[in-house]
Amino acid sequence: MAWTRDKMCQRAALELQDGFYVNLGIGMPTLVANFVPQGMNVTLQSENGMLGMGPFPKRQDLDPDLINAGKQTISELPESVYFDSSDSFSMIRGHHMDLSILGALQVAQNGDLANWMIPGKMVKGMGGAMDLVAGVKKVVILMEHVAKDNSPKIVESCTLPLTGQGVVDLIITDLGVFNFVDNNISLIELADDVTLDDISMNTGAKFEVNLN
Amino acid sequence: MVNKIYNDALTALDGLLFDGMTIMAGGFGLCGIPENYITAIRNSGVKNLTVISNNCGIDDFGLGLLLNSNQIKKMVSSYVGENKKFEELYLSGELELEFNPQGTLAERCRAGGAGIPAFYTKTGVGTMIADKKETKIFNGETYIMETALKADISIVKAWKSDNDGNLIYRKTARNFNPVMATAGRITLAEVESIVNTGELDPDNIHTPGVYVHRIIQGDSYEKRIERETTSD
Repeated sequence: MAWTRDKMCQRAALELQDGFYVNLGIGMPTLVANFVPQGMNVTLQSENGMLGMGPFPKRQDLDPDLINAGKQTISELPESVYFDSSDSFSMIRGHHMDLSILGALQVAQNGDLANWMIPGKMVKGMGGAMDLVAGVKKVVILMEHVAKDNSPKIVESCTLPLTGQGVVDLIITDLGVFNFVDNNISLIELADDVTLDDISMNTGAKFEVNLN
Repeated sequence: MVNKIYNDALTALDGLLFDGMTIMAGGFGLCGIPENYITAIRNSGVKNLTVISNNCGIDDFGLGLLLNSNQIKKMVSSYVGENKKFEELYLSGELELEFNPQGTLAERCRAGGAGIPAFYTKTGVGTMIADKKETKIFNGETYIMETALKADISIVKAWKSDNDGNLIYRKTARNFNPVMATAGRITLAEVESIVNTGELDPDNIHTPGVYVHRIIQGDSYEKRIERETTSD
C-alpha cells in the first residue's frame, strides 16, 4: 500500500500556513487547493495575472476573460486582484511568494529539478516553472515516486534538462516524504504500509534516513 | 490632436507590415489575444515573421492561424504545448523556436519598453537557458544577463479605450498586453469599446495612451475558451 492521490494532496496541504501566498502547478498540485484546512487563509496565485484565485465557476458564470495558468476557466473571490505578467513574476522572482507546489520528471539528491522537457519528444516549454523555482521561498515537489516505466524519479543526478539547480526543499510522493537541508536529501516520512526497503528499491538517489 | 482611431484592423495595419518583421502579440493562451489583428495579418500574407508571444494559439485559432499559413519563421515563447501544427513545423525544421521562461519573457518586454537594454535574473541559472549568456555574481549569488526585447509592431487586446488610447484591460485578459504595449515601435490596440476621452477614470488606466499609436474597435470577439471547467 501507499498513499492515494488524495492522501498525497492532504500531506502537501500540511505545508500550508495561515496567510501564505501560494502558487500551485498544473496537474496534481492544483488539487491541493481542495485540502486547505478550514479557517486557514491561503491566497492562491495564478501566474497569468491573478491573486485570490477562486474555484471553477458554475456554467452560467463562465468567463473567457477569467482563466488560470492551466487555461482553465475559474472564478473570482472578494479578495481577488488582477495584474499583468511582469507584476506577476515580480511577485515570484522577488521572493514575495511563500510556497510553490509543482510536479516533476526527476529530482536529484542535491535538489536539482527537471520538470519541463524530454529531448526528442515534443518540447512544450517551461512556462513559469523556472521563475517559480528561482524565486519562491519554498519549493515542494508532489509526484509519483516512480515513472510510468517504473524507473526512479528521485535520482543521483538528473539526466533530463534542468528547471533549476538545488532548488527543491521537499518531495512528497505516494511512498513517502524527503526533505533537503543544505542540498542533502533525507527520507523523513514513510507512507502508509511502506517500508524502507520499498523506498530503497524505487529510489535512485543516495539518501539519509531521518524518520521521526 | 492626431487621430488614433482606425476603422478596422487592415486599415490600422496599413503601411506597417513587411516580410521578416518582428511582431509582439499579447495574450495568454487564447485569453486576451488581439483576434482582429491576427486575422488581418493572416489575410495580408506578410511572411518570415518573428512573433514574440507567450503561446502560439491552438491549431485553428489565435496565432495558430499564422502557423497554418506558414507566415511565421520564428517564435519567442514560454509554452507552446497546445498546438499540433507547431510540433510538426518545429520537428521538420521549418520553424525556429526560442524558449524563454515566462517571467523572463515578460521582463524582457518590460525592459524593451522602459529603455533598459539588459538585466540580471536568477531564473534559469544552471539550465540550458543560461547557455552562452553572461553571468555575474551579486551578494554571492550567480545571475544571468537577459537582454531587452522590442518589436516593429505590438498588437494588444484591451477591454476599453478612450480616443487617446488610454487602455483598460479586463480580468486575466490583461496578462502580457500591458508590457508588450510598451515595447512596440508602433503599438496597435484593439478593444471591445471606445469611449470619449474623459469617460475613463484617470486613476484606473492600465496602459497610458503614450504607448498606443493606433486603435480599433474589434468587429467581433469570439473569445474562445481553451479549457472549459465548471463546478456544476
